[in-house]
Amino acid sequence: MAVERCCIQIEGIVQGVGFRPFVYRLAKEKSLHGWVANHPQGVTIEVQGETLLIRNFLQELTTNKPQLAEIHTLNTHLTALTEDTCFTIRESIQSKPTPEKKVSETKVPENIALEKRASKKETSATPQISVPPDTAPCQLCLDEMFDPDNRRYHYPFSNCTNCGPRFSIIESLPYDRKNTTMQPFTLCDSCQQEYKNPLNRRFHAEPTACPDCGPQLHLCDSKGHLITNHTDALQQTAQAILNGQIVAIKGVGGFQLLVDATNPQAVDRLRQRKNRPAKPFALIYADTENIQQDCIVSETETALLLSPQRPIVLLAKKKAPYNELAISVAPGNSDLGIMLPASPLHYLLMALLQRPIVATSGNIAAEPICISNTQALQRLSTVADLFLMHNRSIVRPLDDSVVRVMNGVSTLLRRSRGYAPLPLALSLPEPMHSSSTSPDLLAVGGQLKNCVAISHNNHVYLSQHLGDLDNRHTQEAFEHAIIDLAHFSEVSPDTIIHDQHPNYDSTRWALSSEKKCVAVPHHIAHFFSCMAEHQHFGRALGVSWDGSGYANDGILRGGEFYSWNGHAEINHLASLRSFPLPGGEQAIREPRRQAAGLLYALQGEDAFTEYPLLRQQFSTTELYNLQRMLSRQLNSPICSSVGRLFDAVAALLGIATHNRFEGQAAMALEACAYPSIARWHFPFDIINKQGSQQPEQSIDWGPMIIALLDAQKSHIPREDIAAAFHNTLAQIILTITQTFDGYPVFLSGGVFQNKRLTETVTLLLRQHGQQVYHHEAVPANDGGLALGQIYYVRCLENRSCV
Amino acid sequence: LGHGSGGQLSHQLLTELIYPYFDNPILATGHDSALLSIGNQRLAFTTDSFVVSPLFFPGGDIGKLAIYGTVNDLAMSGAKPLYLSCSLILEEGLPMNTLSTVLASMSHTAEESGIKLVTGDTKVVEKGKGDGIYINTSGIGVVAHDICIAPQQIEKGDLIILSGDIGRHGMAVMAMREGLTFDNPLNSDCAALSDPIQSLLNEGIVIHCLRDLTRGGLATALVELSESAEKTFLVEETAIPVSDAVTGACEMLGLDPCYVANEGRFIAFIPAAQAEAALTLLRNHSVSATSCIIGSVDEGNKSQVVYKTTMGSERLMQRLPGEQLPRIC
Ligand SMILES: [Fe+3]
Ligand SMILES: [Mg+2]
Ligand SMILES: [Zn+2]
Ligand SMILES: [Zn+2]
Repeated sequence: MAVERCCIQIEGIVQGVGFRPFVYRLAKEKSLHGWVANHPQGVTIEVQGETLLIRNFLQELTTNKPQLAEIHTLNTHLTALTEDTCFTIRESIQSKPTPEKKVSETKVPENIALEKRASKKETSATPQISVPPDTAPCQLCLDEMFDPDNRRYHYPFSNCTNCGPRFSIIESLPYDRKNTTMQPFTLCDSCQQEYKNPLNRRFHAEPTACPDCGPQLHLCDSKGHLITNHTDALQQTAQAILNGQIVAIKGVGGFQLLVDATNPQAVDRLRQRKNRPAKPFALIYADTENIQQDCIVSETETALLLSPQRPIVLLAKKKAPYNELAISVAPGNSDLGIMLPASPLHYLLMALLQRPIVATSGNIAAEPICISNTQALQRLSTVADLFLMHNRSIVRPLDDSVVRVMNGVSTLLRRSRGYAPLPLALSLPEPMHSSSTSPDLLAVGGQLKNCVAISHNNHVYLSQHLGDLDNRHTQEAFEHAIIDLAHFSEVSPDTIIHDQHPNYDSTRWALSSEKKCVAVPHHIAHFFSCMAEHQHFGRALGVSWDGSGYANDGILRGGEFYSWNGHAEINHLASLRSFPLPGGEQAIREPRRQAAGLLYALQGEDAFTEYPLLRQQFSTTELYNLQRMLSRQLNSPICSSVGRLFDAVAALLGIATHNRFEGQAAMALEACAYPSIARWHFPFDIINKQGSQQPEQSIDWGPMIIALLDAQKSHIPREDIAAAFHNTLAQIILTITQTFDGYPVFLSGGVFQNKRLTETVTLLLRQHGQQVYHHEAVPANDGGLALGQIYYVRCLENRSCV
Repeated sequence: LGHGSGGQLSHQLLTELIYPYFDNPILATGHDSALLSIGNQRLAFTTDSFVVSPLFFPGGDIGKLAIYGTVNDLAMSGAKPLYLSCSLILEEGLPMNTLSTVLASMSHTAEESGIKLVTGDTKVVEKGKGDGIYINTSGIGVVAHDICIAPQQIEKGDLIILSGDIGRHGMAVMAMREGLTFDNPLNSDCAALSDPIQSLLNEGIVIHCLRDLTRGGLATALVELSESAEKTFLVEETAIPVSDAVTGACEMLGLDPCYVANEGRFIAFIPAAQAEAALTLLRNHSVSATSCIIGSVDEGNKSQVVYKTTMGSERLMQRLPGEQLPRIC
């Protein structure tokens, strides 16, 4: 029987996820000798034993890996036999040992190559971030928690190497208990034994805890006076929620406000106190069976709900849901944002509640969510009646992530808890010579839904969703996130990439730094963000549709088409016909004003006499002033934005006159189309622009608006008109893109959070033989800008060194 | 044109283009008026030009503005305004009675403000090369007290007093110029501010800093002072008085009243212990009868103005850049 020794190099997410104990157990099982060790680039394993057993070992290494582990590359080579007599977990080593001879590729089990991610990540050879994201409790931990004989029975801070808090509690690297907020909790003897035992699933589970040595719950009133602690705190919290009270609870990435979703008075009270009149609330359900009673849930959606990331999943509400949800949970929406319990604490609470619960972020307006007990008591004292808190600190705010399934794949709308700070890989070739290493970059994103990113060679480290930067606390979080990313990725960027908008706080921040700055146009960043996540490098078309972004010509853009030749050249192909927004940001808050601007662009002064609709939506004085503002171009910036077109059409159809939260009218228009199966579309024109250097086209929505108003006059059902509007936009994309044979199409920008539109376009383009991609791993909205900013700069730079 | 709006571009024009040519310590203080020591007498000296369309608006005219503007610049250094010069640049074809109405208004306003117009000049330019009338005034005042009123004097804990409701002048002029109509009448707030300030000084109030709110409005004044003082200010939206007329007009136009021009309003930074006394004194004068505390100076040396909104969130105020471009995406 042949005995050999094999050295295995693994890169990926293999630290802090229970990988070494898994390797240890597997080696023991196969009676292999050798060792395993962590190093900054990943994990190295040496195993010695029978050839067949080594083969099995390699096989299971990938098929049975811990659920949080991700293998990006795995290389093996044979090495000299040694006198090992057992298998050991070695102390972490400083760097990856250099192989003596090159890999024989046949040794790599086939299923690795089949893994989508692994095959794509082949280019990576750089230091890997080893900060894992926070994950929901695993089944084993849950079983223990609900087992009356287990010492962790009903203990809300149970976790193991497969689950539990990570990014939210890590203060610095390396990821050791002493560098987390578990540091103050000294392990008891039982926990210590588990932590030391390589065969235990809590072996080196840094945040491990039990009722004897770990964090504890306590319940306070809104003045911070202690009411009770431990299990009793949990029970009283549940009772309070059932009684209609609002409770702030300390979740994984910050405080949440919980209220009974079936109690309309309670939900209204939360809306009132939180100053949030209309924006939909997310819900927690106890289990998937419960969710299926109220929503239509696909297999993909079920898998997402149950995934360790535990995001909020947008689901289509059933016509007659089983649970009597308060209307004010998500007024006027056809979707509900639902998640399953994301932590042991949530599981215990939901087991007591057994009904849908509203869970909204514990913050004031657009601020980051509160993370400390004192902060929560200060800022939320007028919102919550009770505070369920504990003594484990949260290091950084992490909102609940939000996903929506489009075309059967999950698309992140907000990337935070469970996903951050996992890096993404770019598909660019590695710099050829060490002398031409690409500079480390920091991208500061946009203004709203800000997210920042740092890149080192071909890895991009994305921060969690940070929020709207005009807020003082968000700006602080923004600065912290930059420091965090630099620390965790061990990179200190010397170039900062920002948006072109001079007024974005991120732009200001970049320009006031001492570093070299590069501005990337807003809609190019959107386009490249979508290309980046699909690892696309060659020629491509970009459809960047959003609310508005800054362009040098003073027009608020957001209906843009680009082509990219795969090397260095980007061309602006087309944009939406422009129209004025009377009152600037005020017009964005009032879709009816956008409708007025649209009709004014179409008909001039006559618009005010011709359309009774305007007279219905404005008072005589308002209408008079509006007309003056438009004719004198008084604070009436010009836009070419599809987001604004959505608003205007929503107002024309009488669906929404005011936006009480960002995107309300557009969401209502999408929801309106939901029941319709109409396939027809409105007419539109594509006009070749005169005088521009490159051939540029203008998409004239004029014929569409005229036809749409006619349809309305002839009493065609509103949902069919709304559907036809979506269909028209899809046809527009087809018309512009179909002349570019062999150019895949990338859809980006906030407009493509719209499932109806995204799915209609995708289907239509695919029917015409075109490849089309939409966002999956990063949001289509401005949360994805930072990635695109980096990718664009890297692509240009790649051109210059070729 | 954005260079004259009092926001980011004006700031750039001054610091990057103009200041470098006239580098001296007095100019470098960046005050509305210069403090000059002549013998043992301290004088304040300032100049200002006035361009406004239309020339007449509800609550005032260009003549009044020309007097108040200079009087108020002097007042903000704590000076008692004394003498004024005036030059007129007239556009050919300006109706004689328009001119005489403006002159009458100037003379009346000067008298009322206790300042004497002592020297002047007139030029006429060709038709089409001016907007009817341009007026330049310069003024001299005497500084009788020995406290230093400057952004650098602002201290942590100071309270910020605003002398009345904001935005009236800018909205009155705009409504008139653009032919807008509103249910509530808009009147300019233009007024002389020297009397209330002299009475603060006479009663021994230690004023740390003063600033009249002109172009760029309250927000720009606060941002500029926080930068010069290197201090953080906290301001409460609910504490800032805005008339219904201005609120309505601003909402219609999509403007933020904090950025709208005023011609008869100021902010004062006063030590907390004296703030109540100062308020009582200010409220005795009709121009500052509705004075109120709008905020305070916070810890730390970060130059920022934190604006606590009615929603309870803490926004950061910015100097208005060029024109207001929406940032909503
Ligand atoms: Fe955008
Ligand atoms: Mg002045
Ligand atoms: Zn577990
Ligand atoms: Zn323990």
